[in-house]
Amino acid sequence: MDFTLSDERRMLQDSLSRYLADHLDHERRRKTLDSGAPYNADLYKGLADLGTLAALFPEEAGGFGGTGPDLALVFETLGRAGTLEPFLPAALAAPLLTDHADLVEQVIAGESIVTLAHTEPDARYDLADVTLSAKPTLNGTKTNVLFGAQATHLIVSARESGDRLDPEGISLFLVPTDAPGLTITPLTNVDGTASAQIAFTDTPAETRLGEPAQGHALLETATAHAILALSAETLGAMEAAKDLTLAYLQERQQFGRPIGTFQALQHRLADMLTEIEQARSAVLNLAGHLDAPRDIRERHVSATKNLVGRVAALVAEEAVQMHGGIGMTEEYELSHHARRLVMADHLFGDVDHHLERFIHLSGG
Amino acid sequence: MDLSFTQAEQDFQQEVRDFLATSLPHDLSEKVRLNKRLGKDDYQRWHAILNDKGWLAPGWPVEHGGAGWSPVQKHIFEDEACLAHAPRTVPFGITMLAPVLLAFGTEAQVARYLPRILSGEDWWCQGYSEPGAGSDLASLKTRAVRDGDHYIVNGQKTWTTLGQHANKIFCLVRTDPDAKKQEGISFLLIDMDTPGVTLRPITLIDGQPEVNEVFFDDVRVPAENLVGEENKGWTYAKYLLTHERTNIAGVGFSNAALATVKRVASEVTSGGKPLAQNPFFAARLAQVEIDLMAMATTNLRILAAAEAGRAPGPESSMLKLKGTIIRQELTSLLRRALGPHALPHQPDFLDGGDNAETLGHEQAPGAAANYFNMRKLSIFGGSNEIQRTIVAKSVLGG
Repeated sequence: MDFTLSDERRMLQDSLSRYLADHLDHERRRKTLDSGAPYNADLYKGLADLGTLAALFPEEAGGFGGTGPDLALVFETLGRAGTLEPFLPAALAAPLLTDHADLVEQVIAGESIVTLAHTEPDARYDLADVTLSAKPTLNGTKTNVLFGAQATHLIVSARESGDRLDPEGISLFLVPTDAPGLTITPLTNVDGTASAQIAFTDTPAETRLGEPAQGHALLETATAHAILALSAETLGAMEAAKDLTLAYLQERQQFGRPIGTFQALQHRLADMLTEIEQARSAVLNLAGHLDAPRDIRERHVSATKNLVGRVAALVAEEAVQMHGGIGMTEEYELSHHARRLVMADHLFGDVDHHLERFIHLSGG
Repeated sequence: MDLSFTQAEQDFQQEVRDFLATSLPHDLSEKVRLNKRLGKDDYQRWHAILNDKGWLAPGWPVEHGGAGWSPVQKHIFEDEACLAHAPRTVPFGITMLAPVLLAFGTEAQVARYLPRILSGEDWWCQGYSEPGAGSDLASLKTRAVRDGDHYIVNGQKTWTTLGQHANKIFCLVRTDPDAKKQEGISFLLIDMDTPGVTLRPITLIDGQPEVNEVFFDDVRVPAENLVGEENKGWTYAKYLLTHERTNIAGVGFSNAALATVKRVASEVTSGGKPLAQNPFFAARLAQVEIDLMAMATTNLRILAAAEAGRAPGPESSMLKLKGTIIRQELTSLLRRALGPHALPHQPDFLDGGDNAETLGHEQAPGAAANYFNMRKLSIFGGSNEIQRTIVAKSVLGG
């Protein structure tokens, strides 16, 4: 067993951490949010130049990473710093763009944004629940499209055959966002991240990714990458919340002593630290099995998303509680991490969805 | 043993239901039902409707314009008002200050302030918490120094709920810095428009300026605004806090929230079926409902004891603990029930009128905001850690 990082990965993590420490802090993050911009374009470009996006793509696609451990270390570092920039769409798209080297090059350079348009208004978290039709043009509505209003390209899941909920019959199409028939409604999520609702009216479906009607397996693969990335990002946010809480317990005085000397709070902190280590192990489990056969990989996908979702909510709620009123304020950094930790559960399936899926995948 | 209300109580419950059905404006109840944001006008409309009926001040004596209700009647009204999605009445004047004035104030103070609370002319806010104090309330530092017929007040209060709407604030101030922590505190009434009073809104985790900081810079307060005796304010503060803790269980709020979660779970689908049929979600929901059923009875047991004249002991702390845990879990379940629709922040809908449209389910815009806002329940009014300490001390001593 070896849980140490390779020299190359350690170098990437170091340079990424240093760059974020120099260019992003809570005040600058709030300034971006207050400006109405979905993210800081200069920061995104700087991080792209550092190779952050290239680390999400395998060598054969023009990157220098793309493995589970690459995704885990990049996103944990991004999450710890509270970045708002559109890295998650790239992690989602990376496994789907193997035949589009030019586009990958632009994504890696931070010049194009490719995002997945999959969730439908009545579909909740089921990957097979697709009603947007492709016969032959695209008609229907997608919601929760991450950075949908900023993207240059969409990967759209659409039904070519079969009934609603049928895993067979779904295809993926690459659609530029300047294609005809798109109505894009930009949205800001509760945690400050950008998304959009997109309606398709007779939008041409010219570029198919993969085989016709075989898109479900690709969706699973892309979602596995996204869940690893998001889980690692929330692990980073947990670390940030933990650091803030630890400092607060040591400096905040009440009844004449630091509140960290109260056993009630010590025990809560101990539980929180223990659970965060559980989350770290769950992220490692998925990182190590991202390229495993489908059955093995998907059990780890659901196990990790369930465990990380449980721990993320616990860390958010406990950190706010241990801070008291100050943890409830918009001005203070903790509330931003708390919102991200809680709302991440609503992306790619929540704790209940993945608990049910895990039982199903385990033969239950 | 008979767990049901008496006939007289059931008649009262029906009377309350009839009143709510005819008198609660639909647009107001819709705002409450959808967790939209209430403005000052919204609160004042409902305040005036209740006052016209004589039901605004449940616990005040009838001769002062109160309803003179028993603890069980108060409970029935709260429960029904919550289920009907009535706005809450702002408690600072009615259930916090008024009982203190009736018990410890001068005749002149009672005669002056109580009618103005009922009429809505005065909107009171609470000046208890300070930045360094938190649950250690007695460590407050705001100073009041006697200067002839006035006190000169300097200091800062925080977490002043809805202070942006208030024209009056009741404050705990330190009048004897040399006395022991609890012994040098006085209870003072201050006009918000006195020179030297400034207010700064604090935006909370849900994006709303619900609370404020209030600064006092050489504020001159007439000495007649002192309640009771100088340096005895801690006694009055404790009296007020026991009144604040009535209805801390929030059974009515939880019943209403449970009904909302059930409705949403029957309306949204998961895997092509109503979410209510999903065994995982159904199990979570059932567990909260079971806890709530028991807690409602714990609440009634304590009410019955209060009607029989027995003072509540640590049970009020237990109610606060269990009640807030259940309410928070219900906000969490509503957020989960909405799934991906809970993600977008939709301020136009939350602040807007009846015509603002929502993406996804009608409960979607308010669900996450309300979940985050309700994290306060386990922090304010003495944090849940403080309540656990009270419960433990009641059996262990110390």
